[in-house]
Amino acid sequence: MIGKDKLIETLINVQKNSKGHYISEDKLEEISKELGVSLSKVHGVASFYSMLSTKERGEYVVQICNSGPCYIQGANNIATIFEEELGIKMGEVTEDKKFSLEFTSCIGACDIAPAVKINNEVYGGLNKEKIRELVEMLRKEGN
Amino acid sequence: MVNLISRACGKISPLSIKEYKNNGGFKGLEKALFNMTPKEVIDEVTKSSLRGRGGAAFPTGLKWKFVAMEEKDEKYIICNADEGEPGTFKDKILLDGCPFQVIEGMIIGAYAIGATKGYIYIRGEYPKSKEILVKALNILREEGILGNNIIGQNFSFDIEVRSGAGAYVCGEETALIESIEGNPGRSRFKPPYPPNKGLWGKPTLVNNVETLANIPIIMELGADEYKNYGTDSSAGTKLISVSGSVVNKGVYEIEFGTSLKEIIYDVCGGIEENKKIKFVQLGGSSGACLPEELLDTKLDFDELSKLNIGLGSGAILVVDDSICIPDFVKNTTKFFDHESCGKCTPCREGNRHIIKILNKFTEGEATERDLELIKEISNVMKEASLCGLGQAAPTALITTIKYFKEEYEDHINGSCEVGKCKMKKGVAANA
Ligand SMILES: Cc1cc2nc3c(=O)[nH]c(=O)nc-3n(C[C@H](O)[C@H](O)[C@H](O)COP(=O)(O)O)c2cc1C
Ligand code: FES
Repeated sequence: MIGKDKLIETLINVQKNSKGHYISEDKLEEISKELGVSLSKVHGVASFYSMLSTKERGEYVVQICNSGPCYIQGANNIATIFEEELGIKMGEVTEDKKFSLEFTSCIGACDIAPAVKINNEVYGGLNKEKIRELVEMLRKEGN
Repeated sequence: MVNLISRACGKISPLSIKEYKNNGGFKGLEKALFNMTPKEVIDEVTKSSLRGRGGAAFPTGLKWKFVAMEEKDEKYIICNADEGEPGTFKDKILLDGCPFQVIEGMIIGAYAIGATKGYIYIRGEYPKSKEILVKALNILREEGILGNNIIGQNFSFDIEVRSGAGAYVCGEETALIESIEGNPGRSRFKPPYPPNKGLWGKPTLVNNVETLANIPIIMELGADEYKNYGTDSSAGTKLISVSGSVVNKGVYEIEFGTSLKEIIYDVCGGIEENKKIKFVQLGGSSGACLPEELLDTKLDFDELSKLNIGLGSGAILVVDDSICIPDFVKNTTKFFDHESCGKCTPCREGNRHIIKILNKFTEGEATERDLELIKEISNVMKEASLCGLGQAAPTALITTIKYFKEEYEDHINGSCEVGKCKMKKGVAANA
């Protein structure tokens, strides 16, 4: 019981410390052994929660909110702009593994909609210009 | 606007015990622990008429009594900080602005119901708020306000913070409990309810962040003075999260009895330039969509229940006339489809089929029969879903069919007033 109830916290931490923001097959097995929880259970939990990924993502995970308040402020447009700027489609990772694109449910930034979350930072009031600047900044920041 | 529950938010440095105390902090806790029995605390909360701020508006005192009545050595109190309802960002203001107040509410609650251990379940999307909470708990332990013999009394209690990992359904109390236990967050069959059998099968009290933040204030002021705020049927204040096409979006504290119109025009500075209001969605994505004619409606539990709607989390989304109703509802339903835990059939299948049919509306291929079908599916979901997620998912659909039926009819006839939908039947947009 002690092991099992730490499972989600462990998965979050492992993902946080991986450059590609994901939990690899090896790690899943390791966690299963470490906590004494069956591998299928570890898989089950990892795949249930949207924040956890078993697929490699970018160094910067761009999560575009598409819940009601962001949707009415043009979240779909925001997605298209990011797709163009990064040259990938939603759900994909850039070749240099720097960025990945996905949708997310509301991140509590509805007052600055349309909003995105990139790793731990939230950015709002987005438009084409701002997105360009943001991507530019992150390209320089991470290498 | 008032400053009762949020009085310290933004005014004090969130992790300064001294500043919190200077703003009335821990007066409620001292009163409860020094001068009152657990039963007296519960009676005071009951007398205050406080109702849960997490969405279901259940009377807080009564819930506390249920847990207190259970004769078990081990009981738990959980602070629900999952805040996943789209359009809701008010718990974050309390968690970041005055974490001690939320924790003080939890300690008082634990004393009242006889819990020795508490959890704060915070959504994974708020990593910074989580850090603040962990720091706040450490400070309180050092100060002797948490842990063994709290403020020198014969009462011990500690709190652990747990993260969610991106699942709206985990805000539902039994799914939340599953998640703390390390499982996928799928709602449990009820009964048993958490006050009888909750975390690890033990009696468990689950309260929302804002509900708990009310407790120290009620203790400090006393129920009678607290009830000076609000209306006869709805005591106190409510934190509302306003988003959409208003000038000043944000979180505001208002007294119960304030109307939607007052909120939009007096508190939020009205509608953005060149826009016209179409409807207001009250209570987040699971809430009702109300037309402009109903903006005089007051936020008051009795008045809202007359309209057969709820206050939910207190989210207010103001939508202007550039938005197409079937398209908006399709987006809302996609949210529920994505967030459904998949355990019960009405919710798992219902959302999927509603999206399919709404696609026909936005593509100009819908018929009268489709309108009947989505009505039927909505009813099944509302009546037969296992938890509140599936039961509330079709609320936007049901209320827009009620108040904006002509817009669905227009789509059946091949026109989208807003010009958002590409009508395959060949009638031009705005025709
Ligand atoms: C799908 C769903 C999501 C919910 N999300 C939340 C939430 O994020 N925060 C919350 O406090 N309550 C949420 N609730 C309500 C909880 O189940 C529960 O009623 C509440 O935490 C009780 O606290 P209260 O009595 O203080 O309001 C949700 C309910 C459902 C059905
Ligand atoms: S809806 Fe996008 S942040 Fe809330």
